[in-house]
Amino acid sequence: MKAQGKVLKYGDNVDTDVIIPARYLNSFDAKELASHAMVDIDPTFIDRLEPGDIMVAGSNFGCGSSREHAPLALKTAGVSCVIARSFARIFYRNSINIGFPILECPQAADDISEGDQVEVDFDSGIIRNLTKNREYKAQAFPPFLQKMIEANGLVNYVNAKK
Amino acid sequence: MGMTMTQKILAAHAGLDSVTAGQLIECSLDVVMANDITGPMALPIFRQMADKVFDKEKVVLVPDHFTPNKDIKSAQNARDIQDFSREQGLTHHMVQGKCGVEHAILPERGIVVAGQCIIGADSHTCSYGALGAFGTGVGTTDIAAGMATGQAWFKVPSAIKFVLTGKPSKYVSGKDIILHIIGQIGVDGALYKSMEFVGDGIQHLTMDDRFTICNMAIEAGAKNGIFPVDEQTIAYMNEHSDKEYTIYEADADAEYEETIEIDLSQIRPTVAFPHLPGNAHTIDEIEAGEKIYIDQVVIGSCTNGRITDMRKAAAILKGRTVHPEVRVMVIPATQKIFLQCMEEGLAQIFVEAGCAFNTPSCGACMGGHMGVMCKGEKCVSTSNRNFVGRMGDVDSLIYLASPEVAAASAVMGYIANPEKMGGEEA
Repeated sequence: MKAQGKVLKYGDNVDTDVIIPARYLNSFDAKELASHAMVDIDPTFIDRLEPGDIMVAGSNFGCGSSREHAPLALKTAGVSCVIARSFARIFYRNSINIGFPILECPQAADDISEGDQVEVDFDSGIIRNLTKNREYKAQAFPPFLQKMIEANGLVNYVNAKK
Repeated sequence: MGMTMTQKILAAHAGLDSVTAGQLIECSLDVVMANDITGPMALPIFRQMADKVFDKEKVVLVPDHFTPNKDIKSAQNARDIQDFSREQGLTHHMVQGKCGVEHAILPERGIVVAGQCIIGADSHTCSYGALGAFGTGVGTTDIAAGMATGQAWFKVPSAIKFVLTGKPSKYVSGKDIILHIIGQIGVDGALYKSMEFVGDGIQHLTMDDRFTICNMAIEAGAKNGIFPVDEQTIAYMNEHSDKEYTIYEADADAEYEETIEIDLSQIRPTVAFPHLPGNAHTIDEIEAGEKIYIDQVVIGSCTNGRITDMRKAAAILKGRTVHPEVRVMVIPATQKIFLQCMEEGLAQIFVEAGCAFNTPSCGACMGGHMGVMCKGEKCVSTSNRNFVGRMGDVDSLIYLASPEVAAASAVMGYIANPEKMGGEEA
């Protein structure tokens, strides 16, 4: 599986309150949530985002609330992948559980700039910066999580075990 | 190799003699909890896996975030989990007016006790570590699977040991201690790890202090926070629960990534400035600078809405009035605490001082309702997050503090030092 798109870049500690503010959490309709994604930190996000675009951020991406509405909003908005120096653990679990690919790669997070064209190969963990003609290697998922991702998330994984 | 407290609980729930950091395991769950934001979203996912919850006694759905229902959509969400809870015959059937904020009501009702493995679809599920339990926050899909199977997968965390020594001074409580610690290690200082609190100093911390400290472990990125079980823990559980509990102690040779010593006697009243819980400043630094005038004060939440928090705030507010330009909301975290406030005369103190005395709800803490701020406003809040837009407009500011700092600030109209208020015990 591969993703390719232009990069929207953010800093450290992008929290779930800015990814999807609580005032929109009276709904869990994915499309409605997506329409408000990132509004408090970047009101232009939804207008600038094209399907397949990649988010790149610093440390502790997705910190804060356990709201699964956050990865769901980004996934539904059309983000193909998030690359960060590190992720908050609940956001990490939630992303895997809904089949939203996220990669930890400090080198890529530091080197990639806003607007770069980037290609990600999820099988190998190789991230290619097509604009800068550079390559980075992300940490691969442990085999247990690869199985869950291959099953397309936790629900199928649980059902397969029955 | 020895195990930490957390690792021992996880090993026992995975049916293993021992586990090591980094190991992936599947654990049986003692409590699976969701609220009126994460719960309704979990129901359709749950139904893809099961018709019945794995155990009626162990699944709890708490309507607390947007209750009393703030709008029609929220009303539907609360309706959905109430209907589900009744249909499934859940033992702990929670309905507004008879419960409270999730992380206050579960310990109060004795649903969570020492030694348990608990997941909640709310990040502050780490609060239960105060009882010597493993509690951690998860999302909606995890909670749906937990409701269906009674199991969850975990990566066994490594740990940081915090050795607490000394006795905190009169106006320093759990909130100041955890804000000090997050200020020291940073908002990702314990990412994926356990924060284990030990040492002679913990004897001076009330159960409510410990709930506050464990509640905010997530604000340092931690998977869980945990205290050992002592006489206070046992007394609390005897008072609130008839469940059997198990005491786990860390092995003498348990491996910690780091050991941090904290002398509680040296901690000052501490405030976290916008927009991160780790942006800690002592009250002395604040007093040395220009006054920070405020518009709103919130005293409550799963962090600081318990009875000792109410008593501390009331001690400062007794016989005083809130500054004419400041709005104050006091929000006891459960119906029982609300009633205690009435019986002990605290409610009267709050109302006479000029505070709104509100029904239990998470609303104000997360900018949901009952205390939302507009552009340019500033709030001192006893809650746990001061992120951009957390309590309303993106251009409003949140300062996190203890109930005593919050109460002193309410009176003065700017962030104020409770040590200089001369409050007596209410």
